[in-house]
Amino acid sequence: MEPSEHLFRHEAGRMVATLTRIFGTHNMALAEDVVQDAFCRAFEVWKVRGVPENPSAWLMATAKNRAIDALRRERTARTFEPELSRLIHSEWTLAPGVEALFSENAIKDDLLRMMFSCCHPRLGEEAQVALMLNILCGFSVGEVAGAFVSTHSAIEKRISRAKRVLASSKKLFDVSAGAEFSSRLPAVQRALYLLFNEGYHGASPESAVRADLCHEAVRLTAILLQHPLGATPGTYALAALMHLDAARLPTRTDSSGNLSSLFDQDRSLWDSHLIAEGQRLLDLSATGPDLTEYHLEAAIARVHSTAGKTEDTNWGHIVSLYDKLMTIRHSPVVALNRAIALGQLEGPARGLEEILAITDRDRLTAYPFYFAALGEFQFRTGSYDLAREQFLKARDLARNPMERNFLEARFQACERAAILTPVSAIARK
Amino acid sequence: MSEFVFLYRGGSRDGSPAEMQQVMQKWMNWLKGLGDKGHIKDQGQPLERSGRLVKGKQKTVTDGPFAEAKDIVGGYTLIEARDLDQAVELSKGCPILERDGAVEVRPVMKMSM
Repeated sequence: MEPSEHLFRHEAGRMVATLTRIFGTHNMALAEDVVQDAFCRAFEVWKVRGVPENPSAWLMATAKNRAIDALRRERTARTFEPELSRLIHSEWTLAPGVEALFSENAIKDDLLRMMFSCCHPRLGEEAQVALMLNILCGFSVGEVAGAFVSTHSAIEKRISRAKRVLASSKKLFDVSAGAEFSSRLPAVQRALYLLFNEGYHGASPESAVRADLCHEAVRLTAILLQHPLGATPGTYALAALMHLDAARLPTRTDSSGNLSSLFDQDRSLWDSHLIAEGQRLLDLSATGPDLTEYHLEAAIARVHSTAGKTEDTNWGHIVSLYDKLMTIRHSPVVALNRAIALGQLEGPARGLEEILAITDRDRLTAYPFYFAALGEFQFRTGSYDLAREQFLKARDLARNPMERNFLEARFQACERAAILTPVSAIARK
Repeated sequence: MSEFVFLYRGGSRDGSPAEMQQVMQKWMNWLKGLGDKGHIKDQGQPLERSGRLVKGKQKTVTDGPFAEAKDIVGGYTLIEARDLDQAVELSKGCPILERDGAVEVRPVMKMSM
């Protein structure tokens, strides 16, 4: 039997979550050691004997046996929860006790517990996302650093600090407590949203890495939706947004690996199944009075997904959705996107005006697509020289070769247009 | 055809889950390739890294260590090949070589000369 592509990574998340619940968050390192050990065994046995019928069950059973060994070995050296301490004190109760802690019913919510634990209020959003990738998605520190285009040591520091915060809470988050669940839910949704965005808009030059991040976000959001308290309109909207955006993933780069803008994408290649699923989820999100930023972003994505050609896009509708989004989550990037939509609707001069009217646009000066948007509208108004300067700035801010090539091509287009245009040629003298 | 034993020694056991799965896949592909060409007499077994060492007339029993971690035999396969050269050639595809490990290729002594 062929193992599924991400079997080890996904099972790692599940197993670490379960073992951390059993050992206590302060013993998470022990949980990770036990999981690593279980993987070594799977690796040694499966490579010769092949992958068993039910690999997940095999791994979890191995982790359970390793856990019993570890508890026997460590029962005097470490402190465990009083309840567990009592169980492991006697050989009579050790194995059956641990057996019960691994029962189907007991492990059911472990991933969700860990997901909520990762979104500890004492952690910054970036740390929460890094922790989720590391613990729930089985990314090594090096792999997280690769995804964030950060250094190994910076990510290592961030993750180990986050784990210390987690350890200080002793127990994993209790997902059966309604009030606490609901109050931490927005942070969890936000972290999942950021995880998805890191994949969709992120800096990693490898599209495979980025697609992975998107898939992980979708997978974890689906787990959240399975819990009665997690399946809120906001979570449905978040899932809808992810599906609708993910439908466009295959066309974000063209056949030669170059970045392709929304306007140039071959829309026939958008994934119609993902679009349909996104629409279904968005319909499910339309209950109750809650209107979240995810509802609005998903609605914007839906407008794009239903336009067969760029020219058919209902820009008026998109602008009105951005207007509402600005009242819920005002950010310069949202304002920039709104200005771009307005430029599409009312012409490039209007778009430029709106971009220049963004009050906190100084916060966009490290964002290559801010200058690219300015350049694009200036290009369309015929100010090729000005546009050329903007694309040059944008190109120098590019975060990976894909972005650099894309912006370089736009810069070249300005050069060509400037040479071909007499007015501009005079202006240059 | 002659028989040979591949003894797998050492080999890093570190790595992220994704890396381990990747290396495992390489092993499975390599062994399958050998099997498809009729080179596998017995696929062998992986061995625990621990056990007991029984030594000398006194039959002293210790918990090891048997060898340095990098030399520990982690498993074996019984191979059929034309001669030692071919067996060595076959061993060169073993993924353990990319992970700081070694394959020891040992001819099985024949009964009838």
